[in-house]
Amino acid sequence: MTSRLFVPKDAAALAVGADEVVRALTQAAGKAGRRIEVVRTGSRGLFRLEPLVEVETDEGRIGYGPVSPDEVAELVAAGLFDGAEHRLRIGPPEALPFFARQTRLTFARCGIIDPLSLNDYRASGGFAGLEKARAMAPQAIVEAVKASGLRGRGGAGFPAGIKWETVLGASGARKYVACNADEGDSGTFADRMLMEGDPFLLIEGLLIAMRAVGAAKAFVYVRSEYPQAAQTMTEALTLCRGAGLLAEGDIEVRLGAGAYVCGEETAMLESLEGRRGQVRAKPPLPAHAGLFGQPTLVNNVLTLAAIPTILSAGPEAYAALGFGRSRGTAAVQLAGDVKNGGLFETPFGLTLGELVLQIGEGTESGRPIRAVQAGGPLGAYFPASLFDTPFDYEAFAAKDGLVGHGGLVVFNDTVDMAEQARFALEFCAVESCGKCTPCRLGAVRGVETVDRILAGRDPGASLELIRDLCDTMKFGSLCALGGLTPLPVLSALNHFPEDFRAPHEAAE
Amino acid sequence: MTPAPAPWDEARAAQIIRAHAGLEGALLPVFHALQAEFGCISDEAAALAAEILNISRAEAHGVLTFYHDFRRSPPGRHVLKLCRAEACQARGARTVEARVTGELGVGFGETTSDAAVTLLPAYCLGLCASGPAALLDERPVARLEGERLERLIRDARA
Repeated sequence: MTSRLFVPKDAAALAVGADEVVRALTQAAGKAGRRIEVVRTGSRGLFRLEPLVEVETDEGRIGYGPVSPDEVAELVAAGLFDGAEHRLRIGPPEALPFFARQTRLTFARCGIIDPLSLNDYRASGGFAGLEKARAMAPQAIVEAVKASGLRGRGGAGFPAGIKWETVLGASGARKYVACNADEGDSGTFADRMLMEGDPFLLIEGLLIAMRAVGAAKAFVYVRSEYPQAAQTMTEALTLCRGAGLLAEGDIEVRLGAGAYVCGEETAMLESLEGRRGQVRAKPPLPAHAGLFGQPTLVNNVLTLAAIPTILSAGPEAYAALGFGRSRGTAAVQLAGDVKNGGLFETPFGLTLGELVLQIGEGTESGRPIRAVQAGGPLGAYFPASLFDTPFDYEAFAAKDGLVGHGGLVVFNDTVDMAEQARFALEFCAVESCGKCTPCRLGAVRGVETVDRILAGRDPGASLELIRDLCDTMKFGSLCALGGLTPLPVLSALNHFPEDFRAPHEAAE
Repeated sequence: MTPAPAPWDEARAAQIIRAHAGLEGALLPVFHALQAEFGCISDEAAALAAEILNISRAEAHGVLTFYHDFRRSPPGRHVLKLCRAEACQARGARTVEARVTGELGVGFGETTSDAAVTLLPAYCLGLCASGPAALLDERPVARLEGERLERLIRDARA
């Protein structure tokens, strides 16, 4: 009898030795005279368990993790291939509280199926949304997206249906769909996980979008820091092309080139056109004049990946989940110094404290939490006093923060918040596209000013200057890079003023 | 280990550029392909791309110099990208950064004198719950501490 094993090939599993574990498993099986088949899956998304090895048994899949290559021989001897007891045995992974508490719609298949098996995808309900959409008029698809209440998951939270309707109604010689997979925000990895773990879901969402807005070509702009995701997407598209599934038009993977600002939609369009990734002034909106001047639907990976479920299960089911005006599920990404780091898909509305303390179970280091940066490098630092804020676009905005792409980076009490504020400005200076002055110069001046405060040179006037600079950047920048860099800077200043004192002053 | 870059060959470069010239907005794919072949994009390569794609040399130069990924001179045998972003900072990236720069004797953007490795900063590799993280050539490495960090440094120097 052949034992079926499952080992992720998600980058986060590869990064801690998943390939070595597979090699060791094959060797150990050979020695034990056992036949095994290893299926390489995406990650289920609880990274402290990686590399996670699962074996198919009569009672379902049994997990062992984290498995290091040198433990494999011992595990096999203990009966890994039969799901036997061992200190690394975690039982059925889906029964762990971290997974049992989730509502997995977008990530339902991630970590479970072979991401490059069309049969697995179909057998688990894949392409049901596309089949429905193909029997619907474009306007009816748009109505369904509107009724679902889905908002753009890239960060801005703009109602997806309204955007789709605008592109559908726009006239142009041709139309495009551009999927933003330039997931540059620190603390986020959901797009990567999805592309590596369930690429057909994104392709299905893209095909539905192309049909709905009347586009005959789509691009997936993947950042170059994600070589595995780009590879898996490319292979998945080749399989779909070969199976004649790309009926709406071709989909092409494009690789970014290490510019954070290309995650901004207009900079991404410039980059797709083969130019410097400099942002465009809006209007015109990309929906009216986007890629090559044509009407273009720009959506994030998670927005498009939510579409198949919305169509197959019905928009009402999706809209029934959520909180306030944030409908459906959020892909919360727990990162930084957190015990249960990983992907937690849940309806909007849990509080920040529930997410990091109950789901995340606090820090991995065991130190107290001092701050949580929500929404990437342009998001605010939340102190523990704001942990009652519900995970919702409006609630986070009301606290001068943002949900962004759903990343939560946990910092313990060793963090120096002045250093973090300085880093936010330094990052903005490195990544500024240079088009508008507040961002290009403001970031550099900001770093200098923080340095002056920390050196104790005229701290009063320097603090005033930082606030003034942040005001200029917020209101005067063309895009979110300059416009939102003030959020981490000001939140650090407002919530952690004690860190902005010169060393001699702090010692007094 | 990545294959050693090929020496400059104008005919081969023209062939690569023409293979991508039909793409919409072809310049980034062209530059990626040239860099994959030759290790960097020399001024001659950029000029040739401009000529074949029928754009100005200034435009090609502008694109070449805008993106962090594109290099105008050859890198070391390995390229090590160390994540400097917040989630890795929260997990000790600054210590790893100090260790790696000290051990290799280079700063970000520099290549070791034996041309073994070019050290580059990365701002997020999407390994945010398993940091500190790095990308050695295209191989992700995470939880950089102890033996795994030592091995990364050894592999980078190889």
